[in-house]
Formats: sequence, structure tokens, C-alpha cells
Amino acid sequence: MRLTELANPSRFNALAERVLPWLVVATVFAFALGLYQALFVAPDDYQQGATVKIMFIHVPSAWLGMLGWALMSVAALGTLVWRHPLADVAMKTAAPIGAAFTLICLVTGALWGRPTWGTYWVWDARLTSVLILFLMYLGVIALWRTVEDPSRAARAAAVLTLVGAINLPIIKFSVDWWNTLHQPASVLRLGGSTIYPTMLIPLLIMAIAFTLLFVTLHLSAMRNEILRRRVRTLRLMRAAAATP
Amino acid sequence: MDLGPHAGFIIASYAIALVIVAGLIAWIVFDHRAQLRILEELERAGVTRRSAAREDVR
Repeated sequence: MRLTELANPSRFNALAERVLPWLVVATVFAFALGLYQALFVAPDDYQQGATVKIMFIHVPSAWLGMLGWALMSVAALGTLVWRHPLADVAMKTAAPIGAAFTLICLVTGALWGRPTWGTYWVWDARLTSVLILFLMYLGVIALWRTVEDPSRAARAAAVLTLVGAINLPIIKFSVDWWNTLHQPASVLRLGGSTIYPTMLIPLLIMAIAFTLLFVTLHLSAMRNEILRRRVRTLRLMRAAAATP
Repeated sequence: MDLGPHAGFIIASYAIALVIVAGLIAWIVFDHRAQLRILEELERAGVTRRSAAREDVR
């Protein structure tokens, strides 16, 4: 199947129906393995003790929160350059999923911060830029709900998404550019990871599990959105037919 | 598994993550069922697309 054929919503939905059961199985398997590794195999940190176990959900959700916006930005280009409705669908449906992962990141970060730093929250650059990401997600979701015509909403959301993408490098490099209470990068950094393999491997398995979950949820939500637009088209047709 | 003196923070983190993910899954599952039901009702009422081969999602 050529990539361009996937751009047809019906073919996309047919493929999603075939792929989703396998994705669900892979996600469950990855989470079972990752949680076992994180909770029962990975050692406690020599300074933080068992609270380091929060890392196994905090870090992957932070990555997925940023990945969600990156995905929306690529889809936004698809909307603005090619005006493809499937790009609109991908952009719209990634927003609530990305927002949920960012919320998990913020809440688990606060719960990790209290015993580690002695506070739930500080207005440092990393925490603040992630909070801004979450608020931008809410803004995009609100925009989609405000404009009734999906193609008009898509163009406005695409512009907002591309402007908001400026925040992604700010989040990533905030710990290098400013003095932050949040620690610097320890996995994705030049010179390699600073995390010992007994903690790094469970973290990477959890990252794979979270990514599979994101892909599964996104494909499912895209399938729903395609159905919703079909419903909208049918309702418009019914209304047009009823008009004398 | 000994979660130490801060067990409450660890358990709360995992529980909140679970609730948020479960909420997302429930929303997507119920939304899918709702869209299929509405489509079925419309088709039963005789509203069909002009062409089954050509999909217009706009």
C-alpha cells in the first residue's frame, strides 16, 4: 500500500481497524514488562530512595507531552501546505492526548518534587515552560471547539500550533540556558546517558510502552474523528435535502 | 517491595497516571460507540453518502 493511499480516510480507518488490536496487545505487553522492571527490578536511588520510581512514569509522559506537540506541528504543516483533511484530523486528535500526558508529567513532577526538593512547585524555567505547554494544549482544544467549520478551525489551530512549537526547544534546553531546580538532561544528552543501566533499561521500556499507548490512542481517536466528520456530512446532507 | 517513607507520593503518582490514562481510554471507547450509533441511526433514516467510494471528511 502506497503512503498516498493512506491519506484516504476510509482506507486509513480500514488499516487502523486491522492494526489497532496488535497495537493494544503490544502496549499491554510493554507496560507489563516495564512496570515489572520499574517496580520490582530497578534499584532504589542512593539519595532519593524509592521515590525514584516516579521517574518511570514522569519522564516518559514528559517526552510524550512534547512529542504530541511535535506531531501536531508536522500535521499543521500538512494542513497549511497541502490542506489535507487527514492532517487536520491528526492535529486535532493529538491535542487532548498530548495534554493528558503533559498533565501526568506535571502532577507526577510535583509529587516527586515534594520529597526530593521540599516543594511541590517552583517557577523555574523547566517547570514553567512545561506548564505553558499544557496551557497551550488547552488553548488549541478550546479553539477546535470554538470554530464550527472543521477546515477553518484547522487553519487557525495550525497557525497556533506552529507558533507554540517555539516552546519545544525552550523546554528541552531550559535546564541548560537558565539556573533551574530541575536537574539537567540525563538521558538524551551529548556524551550519553548518565543513568546506570539498571535504571535506564526499565526507563526505556516504559518509554516504549508510553509511546505505544500514545500511538494506539491517537489512531483510535483519529478513527473516531473521521466517523464524526462523516456524521457531520450526513447531517448537512439531510438538512440540505429538507430545505425547500 | 519497600517504598520507604515517601510511599504515599509514589502510590499517588502511579494512581493519578492510571486515572488519567483510564479516562482517556474511556473517552475514546465511548466516543467510538457514540459515533457508530449516530451513523447507524442516520443510515437507517435513509441518509447516505452520495458516493460510498469517495470519502469527504470535511
